[in-house]
This record gives sequence, structure tokens and C-alpha cells, in this order.
Amino acid sequence: MRTTDRWIFTVVFLLIAVFPWLVGRISGISHYIEVMIFAGIFSLVCLGLSLLMGYAGQISLAQAAFFGIGAYTSGILTARFDWNPWLAMPVGAVLAAAVAWIVGVPALRLRGHYLAMATLGFGVIVHIVFSEEVEWTGGPSGMVDIPGLAIAGWRISSEVQWYYLIWGIVFLALLFSFHILHSRVGRALRAIHEEEIAAEAMGVPTARYKVQIFVFGAVLAAIAGSFYTHYVTFLSPSSFNLMWSIRFVLMVMVGGMQSLWGALLGTVLLTFVGNEWLQVFADFEVLVYGAILLVVALFLPQGLISVLRRGPGGARSSVSRLGGEG
Amino acid sequence: MEHPARQPGASILELNDIQMSFGGVHALKGINHAVPEGIIQAVIGPNGAGKTTLFHCISGLLNPTEGSILFRGAEINGLAPHRIAHLGISRTFQHVALFKSMTVLENVMLGRHSRTRSGFWATGLRFPGMRSEERNIHKKAEAFLDLVGLADASRLQAGTLPLGKQKILEIARALATEPRLVLLDEPAGGLNMTETEELGVLIQKICQTGITVVLVEHDMNLVMDISDQILVLHYGQYLASGTPQHIKDDPAVIEAYLGEN
Amino acid sequence: MDEFGLGTDLLQYTVSGLTIGAIYALVAIGYNIIYNVTEIINFAQGEFVMLGGLFAVFFMGTLHFPVFAAFFAAIVMVALAGFAMERFVVRRARHASVLSLIIITIAISIILKGTAMLGWGKDPYSLPAFTAGSPILIGGAALQIQALWVLGVSIAIVVSLTLFFHHSLYGKAMLACADNPSAARMVGIRVRQMVLLSFVLSAAIGAAAGVAITPISLMEYDRGALLGLKGFGAAALGGLGNFYGAFVAGLLLGLAESFCAGYLSSGYKDAVALILLLLVLFFKPEGLFGSAEAAKLKRF
Repeated sequence: MRTTDRWIFTVVFLLIAVFPWLVGRISGISHYIEVMIFAGIFSLVCLGLSLLMGYAGQISLAQAAFFGIGAYTSGILTARFDWNPWLAMPVGAVLAAAVAWIVGVPALRLRGHYLAMATLGFGVIVHIVFSEEVEWTGGPSGMVDIPGLAIAGWRISSEVQWYYLIWGIVFLALLFSFHILHSRVGRALRAIHEEEIAAEAMGVPTARYKVQIFVFGAVLAAIAGSFYTHYVTFLSPSSFNLMWSIRFVLMVMVGGMQSLWGALLGTVLLTFVGNEWLQVFADFEVLVYGAILLVVALFLPQGLISVLRRGPGGARSSVSRLGGEG
Repeated sequence: MEHPARQPGASILELNDIQMSFGGVHALKGINHAVPEGIIQAVIGPNGAGKTTLFHCISGLLNPTEGSILFRGAEINGLAPHRIAHLGISRTFQHVALFKSMTVLENVMLGRHSRTRSGFWATGLRFPGMRSEERNIHKKAEAFLDLVGLADASRLQAGTLPLGKQKILEIARALATEPRLVLLDEPAGGLNMTETEELGVLIQKICQTGITVVLVEHDMNLVMDISDQILVLHYGQYLASGTPQHIKDDPAVIEAYLGEN
Repeated sequence: MDEFGLGTDLLQYTVSGLTIGAIYALVAIGYNIIYNVTEIINFAQGEFVMLGGLFAVFFMGTLHFPVFAAFFAAIVMVALAGFAMERFVVRRARHASVLSLIIITIAISIILKGTAMLGWGKDPYSLPAFTAGSPILIGGAALQIQALWVLGVSIAIVVSLTLFFHHSLYGKAMLACADNPSAARMVGIRVRQMVLLSFVLSAAIGAAAGVAITPISLMEYDRGALLGLKGFGAAALGGLGNFYGAFVAGLLLGLAESFCAGYLSSGYKDAVALILLLLVLFFKPEGLFGSAEAAKLKRF
């Protein structure tokens, strides 16, 4: 990791670590812990999406589908077949990886609008499967009786325990992602984003890298889905529809696509917007998301992180990026 | 098994009847040519002669409609560009194609891609082998920047360099792939006189390290100064080939160039 | 008797397949008009259809317009939405990256959907058929009068578009922009105006489809996305930018969906068009009727 990132990492890590204690001091916001658990789960999805969109320059409107594949695999195996959740989770991840590979190999040959449409279509198909396979998924009315999580026989029961578990995993994923970015693989991804032909001519197997990062994003989303399942212990297809895929894209864009910190920031912010501040105006939710998406795409394509990084003017710079050398 | 011994003067690149057509347009109409190893080979011709198309074919960005390309005796047409890069052909682009928001150093480091191996897991989990490899990439990239004289700029964003330096950086990136053959597409385009002279020296220096250079260039002074052999194309066809002196006096070549004006 | 029943089913599925297929064809043509002029794929295309239907419900149900007045009033309203979309949003994003453009049209689709939900609520609405009358029975299959209207409207639109593009000055100018915008600009065509026109036209066509289908399949605020996706399936299948290809592909898609619903599983009928869409994008992205060479010349 670069020095700046190491600093940010430490500060964010400490903030996240003391957050439950802080929240406990202030009355009336104790449920913020719960919001942050969701934010952590979504962060896993968005980290993968940030690598794919911000770094490799490929769009996916199917992240909710991979999130759902992980969630339903965990749900079905544990609730219907009494599997241990920790065994079901890797099965979900492997399944998501396999599906992502099968779809990704042909889809990532497409560009721009075509890729967006293909991933969108795929996401909707998966959502239809979740709704139609009633025998397995419970269909639109949902699936109940999903067990919670236990570590070595010790049940994770309190919100605070869940909080530290989820954010611990987020930090591991973040570390892994940073390592990838600041390496030969990360350089290859950024090169693909900027000049795909030149990258290929310099020896980067561009097709393979695009698929790899797509699969990685799918695996992160599936793992997030598994944790989501065991946390809420209830599943319904509406948590994995197109709107959720768009929401994930929005989270990544609001914070700043080309920065993992941006993805994290955007995810936390929008989870609060969705789970907390918009609850009162539930009917306006879709409209507000649309408006935010439009404003960000038009006026702040580099996301909030670019404003934080160089002041308001920085938002305009098209080359703002994390740090300097490699 | 570095490089199997080859007889001196053997050709490193052979073009056999290369044809390339887009729809109904024939950009290359059957090019035959052999490039001996270790020389500076220039390819010249008026605009639209098919020089860049030829480069695209050799580097695998285009697949020739007909004909075969042999690199060190083995056929390479139909291979993916990254495979060809791995075999030892690298290139620069007529319109600079740097990774503009990456630093100068990172651009050259990317050139090391095909000579290094740490994959997804190795980098994500920072295996010890990956770390030493990364240090190595760093060191080698700096050495190549030193070679072309861009060491001072290594931390700048590539897109912020003046055009002349960007062209040089592209050469450094190409060299970082450790090619046996490097294709330079109009390296002097947009360069001033001093820069062009320095470029000539650099190209000769590259050739002295044993790398064969193929050069598409409009600057005739540069071409005549440094080339060992020149191939002239005209509307996708072979027009002439020979030493600079020979080409200078070739009536067909003079005709083609005068005809353009 | 059994055989007779089988034949009746087949006929019935064909009729309903062609009806819904005509709608997909119109959505696909909407995509093509904007794509041809701008190379943008408008992710909000399906919302135009939804808005068309709901505005017609408003004009007829709330304001008691006669049916054809409501039809045209709805088209005008949605065309205005298309106008606003281009004039106030897309035009600002002329130099945006492809990724931003995708996000922008998606954002607009969400905004239109959210607005429709606030305006009309979440219930499906129905419209009376354009003309009254009991279904025509052909060989035991029932053909609704409104289905004839749907087919008629689509054919009328395809014919008038053909006339427009080949015989009117504006139409020819739009085609010229599609071929080569900078050359078009040089010969004095106002490209910006043509882009605006393409959005208005494509919104109007979407709205017409929406009004025509509402009496048959009802309309609600969240129908846009799926209609849009299926319409894009038809556009891709027919070769993006190809009007007749889109029309034929739309009908094919409608038939495939209707047969799947009839013979296989009604739950998966929505997936059929999407699976076809993926297959086309993956294995023949230039479409059934497009040429691979022409597709390569496009900027994708």
C-alpha cells in the first residue's frame, strides 16, 4: 500500500473500531450500528464493483444477481438441508464464480452500452429465477427459518458482534483489493481502462483480466449475500432486483469510482440515506436515487472523494486518482 | 534456453504475401519482405501506403486476410497481440497510446507484464515471491527510464509530459517488454530538430543492444541517417527495397514521392 | 377434437405473440432512432411506453377526453418528456464518457418511474379498447379488436417512418447525421436539432406503443424496465439501427414469448426474450439482419 493509503486505512480502521462505542454514548442513534452492518455488507459488493468499474473500466448491472446467488445458496443449503453456514458460504461463492465466468467470458467481449445491457438482462433473468423457483426459494413470498451464524459453537447474537465480524471481513477484502491494485495485476487493470489496445500490445491478456476481476467482484458479492442471509434470516427476491444493482452502481459512483475509499464512502452514505433518512419518504426513494445518480453523472463524475481530495475544484479534474507512484 | 543460436544474418521477420482488406478496400496487396536480425529497417511511403496497417498486422492487432508472418521462423499471424508481445515483438503507436493517468514509471512497469508472473492470488495475498518480483519490476523500469533519459520524470503523470517526451516514454515502455524486435510508428512525429537527433541516437543505441528495429517514419533525414535497409510501400504495394543510397536514387521511388506533391 | 384444440391454441398464441411483438418492435424502433443519430442507447426507452399508457389513462379516465384525443394528447406529453430529456440533460453530457451516458439515461429512467409512481400510484390501470366490439373468432381463437389496433398502429408507424426518412428533408438530414455527423454539419445540417428530434420522435413512438397496448395488458408505473429490455432485445436481434430488422425481430420475440408462456411455463415467459437477448449479444452482436462488417464500423 502507498503511504497515503496506509494513513487513511489506519484512520478509517480506528473510526470503524470506535464507532459502536461512540454510538453508545449518544442517545437515540443506537440503531446506527445496524445501519452500519448493512453498509459493511454492501461495501463488500461495492469493493468488487469499484475494481471492475473504476479500475478496469467495465460496467456491471448484475451485482445484485451475484449478491442473490450467494444469499440463496446459503439460505437454501442451511434452511432446507441443514448445512453448516460456514460450509454453505464457499459453495455460494464458487457457484457465483462459475456463473460469472460463464457469463463474463462472452459478455466482456462487449463494450459500453452493449455490456451494460447484457449484464442488465442477465441480472433480470436471475431475479426471475429467484421468483419462479418457489420450491427452492419460496418465491415472491420469501424464505424463512434461515439460521444465524455461530463461530466454534459460540452464537453471534448481538449487533455489536455482527458489526465487528462484518467490518473485519470488509477490511480483509479492502486489504486484498489494495494489494491487487498496487501490483502488476492492478497496473494491468488500469491500463485496460485507459488504452486497451496498447495494454494488449504490451503483453496484457486483456480479456482474461476483465473476466478475472468480474469473477472476483461476483465472489465478493456472493460472500456479502451469504452474510446478509444469516444476518436478516429472511430472503425475498425483491432484495436482489434490478433496482439493487443500480443502487450498487450508485454507491460506487457517489463516492468516486476510481478509489476504493470512494466506494466505501459512497456505500456508507447511501446506506444511511436508504435505511435511515429516506424511511420517512419511502415513496420518494426511487426518485431521490434517480436524482442523485443524475447529478453525480453530470456534475461529479469522479465522485465525492475527488472533492475531499482537492477541494471543490478537484471534481473537475479528469485525472484525479489516488496517490502517485506505484 | 534464452535464445537458440541462429545463424548470423538470418531474418528475424518474414512477410509472405501479406494482404489486408477492410470490406472492399485493399490496404495491403501482397507484401513480401524479410528483415535480417539486428538491423534498423525503415518502412516509408506516402500517406495511405499501408505502413501502419502493416504494423498492426505484425503486432497482431489485425489479422491479415491472406499471407503469413514468420517471427524467428515461426508463424505468428492469428495469435493474440499479448501472445506476440510475449514472443518478443513490441511497438509504439503513431498516435501516442500511453496510460495517461498512470505515472511515467508505472507506464514502463506495465511493459514488464509479459516478463513477470504474479497472478491474482499472489498479488492479493502478497506472497514473498510477488514482493521480490515487484521490486525487480521497479528496478528494471527505472533502468529503462535511465536508458531513454526520462529518469527525472518518473513520478509525473504520463499525460502531463510534452509530446516529445511522451514519444520517448512509449519507446521505453516498449523496450521494457524485452523485445527481440521493436516496431516504432512515426517516433519523430511532432518532435523538434534536437529531439529528432537525440531520437536517432537512441534508436541506434537500441539496435546496438541486439534488438531489431523496424521504423515507420516521414522524416527522411532521420530515415536516411540511421536505416540499414528501407522498404518503400505505395498504395498497399511493394515499390522498392534496399539501402538508403539505393532508395534515394530509385526512379520509381522519386516518381511516387514527386507524384504525391 | 384434440387436434382441433391444439390448432386453436397455436393460433391463439400466434395472435397474442404478434400483438405483444408489435409493441416490442415499436420500442426497438425507438432505440434505433436515437442510436442512429447519437450512438446512445437510451435506457429510458421503456419508460416512454409506460408513460404513454398512463398519460392516456389520465386524459381519458380523469379528463374524459375521447379515445383518440387521449391517444394523441398522451403522445404529445411523452414527446415533451423526450424533448426535456435531450434539451436539459443529454445535451449537457455531450462530452461525457460512455459510462456516464449509460448512467445518465438509467438515472432518467428511474426518475420517470419514480414520478409515475407518485402521480399514478402502484396500481395497474386499464383503458377501454379504441373501438368497441366483441372479439373476432378465427378457427376457435379469439382476436381482440384492440390487437388489430396495435398491429395497425405499428404498421402505420413503420410506413410513416419509412416515408419520413426517405422522402422528407428532415428525415434525410437525420440519416445523414447518423452516417457522418461532421460531414452533415459541414453541409449545413444542424446536428443538434436532429439529436433533439430523434429523442422527441422516439419518445412519441414509445408513447404510441404504450397507449395501444394498455387496453390489452394494463399499465403500471414499473413496467418500463422490462418493456425496454425486451425492446432492446428486438433491436439487437434485428441489428441495431436497422428498422425493418427491428420490426421482424420484435414480432419474432413476441411469438417466442407467447409460445413459451403457452407451452412451457408462464412464469418464465419474461426470461425468454432476455435469454434470446443474451444469446444474440454473445454470439451475433451484429444481429440477425445486420452485417458483421457494418457492426465493426460502429464505435462499439
